[in-house]
Amino acid sequence: MAPKIDMEARFLDYVSAENKVEPKHWMPDAYRKTLVRQISQHAHSEIVGMLPEANWITRAPSLRAKLILLAKVQDEAGHGLYLYSSAETLGTSRDQMIDDLHTGKAKYSSIFNYPTLTWADMGAVGWLVDGAAIQNQVMLCRTSYGPYSRAMVRICKEESFHQRQGYELMMHLARGTKEQKAMAQDALNRWWWPSLMMFGPSDDQSPNSAQSMAWRIKRKSNDELRQEFVDKTVPQAEFLGLTLPDPDLKWNEERGHYDFGPIDWAEFFAVVAGNGPCNTERLEARRSAHAEGAWVREAATAYAAKQAARRAAAAPTAKASAA
Amino acid sequence: MKWDTCDASVQYLLHLGDDALILGHRLSEWCGHGPILEEDIALSNLALDLVGLARQYYQLAAQRIGDGMTEDRIAYWRSDREFRNHVLVEQPNGDFGDTMARQFYFDAFHFLQLEALQHSSDIELAAIARKAIKETTYHAQHSSEWIVRLGDGTDESRVRITASLLRLWPFTSELFEPSSVDRAAHAAGWGPDVASLRGPWLDLVQEVLEHAELQLPESPAKLLRGKTGIHSESLGFLLAEMQSLPRAYPDATW
Repeated sequence: MAPKIDMEARFLDYVSAENKVEPKHWMPDAYRKTLVRQISQHAHSEIVGMLPEANWITRAPSLRAKLILLAKVQDEAGHGLYLYSSAETLGTSRDQMIDDLHTGKAKYSSIFNYPTLTWADMGAVGWLVDGAAIQNQVMLCRTSYGPYSRAMVRICKEESFHQRQGYELMMHLARGTKEQKAMAQDALNRWWWPSLMMFGPSDDQSPNSAQSMAWRIKRKSNDELRQEFVDKTVPQAEFLGLTLPDPDLKWNEERGHYDFGPIDWAEFFAVVAGNGPCNTERLEARRSAHAEGAWVREAATAYAAKQAARRAAAAPTAKASAA
Repeated sequence: MKWDTCDASVQYLLHLGDDALILGHRLSEWCGHGPILEEDIALSNLALDLVGLARQYYQLAAQRIGDGMTEDRIAYWRSDREFRNHVLVEQPNGDFGDTMARQFYFDAFHFLQLEALQHSSDIELAAIARKAIKETTYHAQHSSEWIVRLGDGTDESRVRITASLLRLWPFTSELFEPSSVDRAAHAAGWGPDVASLRGPWLDLVQEVLEHAELQLPESPAKLLRGKTGIHSESLGFLLAEMQSLPRAYPDATW
């Protein structure tokens, strides 16, 4: 047992000195497991997260808006790809991860279990949901696992663009007709609290946080990130002329931060447990796309195998004729 | 606005733009539901190219109409009887095989059409075609590769793509039957004689089908008049969905 303890201590020193861990390095099993869980959960969130926004692609109210939204959702698919690839470097296949999503073993961000009911939700999701995601992801650009950290650098660039597009959409509505402004306010009312929940339970309720911080996977606590997000978002809402749905929200001079009201954790845990408004629909959409696409994937695999066999059969002949 | 009495060059642009918009819209319905993540990205790319192309045609049409006409007014405020796309492109997505069969037939036509439009006497139209043909070359490559993969993949995929190719085949005849707008466009030197594209199109299609070890479908042509505004029943639903917001809030801008 002694050598194992040495390795773990050395690993801890290594990451504490801000060194990156690469796929072939030795790492504690628990570190590997934590990362596979976190990165695959992140990848699943990108893929499931396509659904609430794709819900409005066919109803985008201008051709420009249609292209922006479509390109954005396509970006999310790309993020899913980077992340699955980065998790695969830890020895778990994409197929396995997708199975875990479909069987409910793996989770994805609960925010995507809320419905997108109006066009203004495309603004609110971009501004708040992508905004909250960025808060977390900027931190992850410095995470200790190299492939994850490098994927996050690319993802952050695109996400910050999405957030600005979302904010632009909200601004357009907030300055539009009375109905458009009401639509924007309604979307803000519905998305504000779930966005704050995206950072996860408070630090004292978050079982994996301390270990992840020690391993330098996580660099800031859930509550720290949540506070940063609130501080950043309040003035943005003021600029839009919209009201955040929190009567307790006020600037605290002493803390140098905004105070905000209590989060309804009962709601959070209900959605995590699978009882949010759209959990069933989201998972069903993913499962059925996968099941209906099975024959296509099988055909592509069979064709690739045939081609490889044909090439192999042709190769000696080519050699013989060259000779 | 009387769409069927406006300038012939505008009517021709609307026809070209409507094909691109409606097919792009159909492809965008796949977003989030593709058979594999890479294909979700590819189908979204096709949709982005096509809706982007529709915008170019509509912007040029709007500029020629004048009077504050906009691309969005063209897309969102015409009824199904005023759309001028081929009935082929509005066909529902069906399964992945149906979508690829529709795409394969259209891509081959679109490529030949754009090849001719590059030399249009309408120089603004020619400029759009020169840019679009680069994208369409990739589209045709993508759909052809899938036809081959599905044809030469598993027994199931072969049965399914054969059925899809047959199902969509009767919609291809309209591509080569000139409407009065096609005739006017050809006479003015703006675009090709669509009837003359049939031979080269068959060659392109046949070459890929042979590669996939599939037969050219045999079934009678349908009586189709999408180019004169007589569509299948599915277009009305597509437009009802696409146009719902601007029509629910007519005073708003987006």
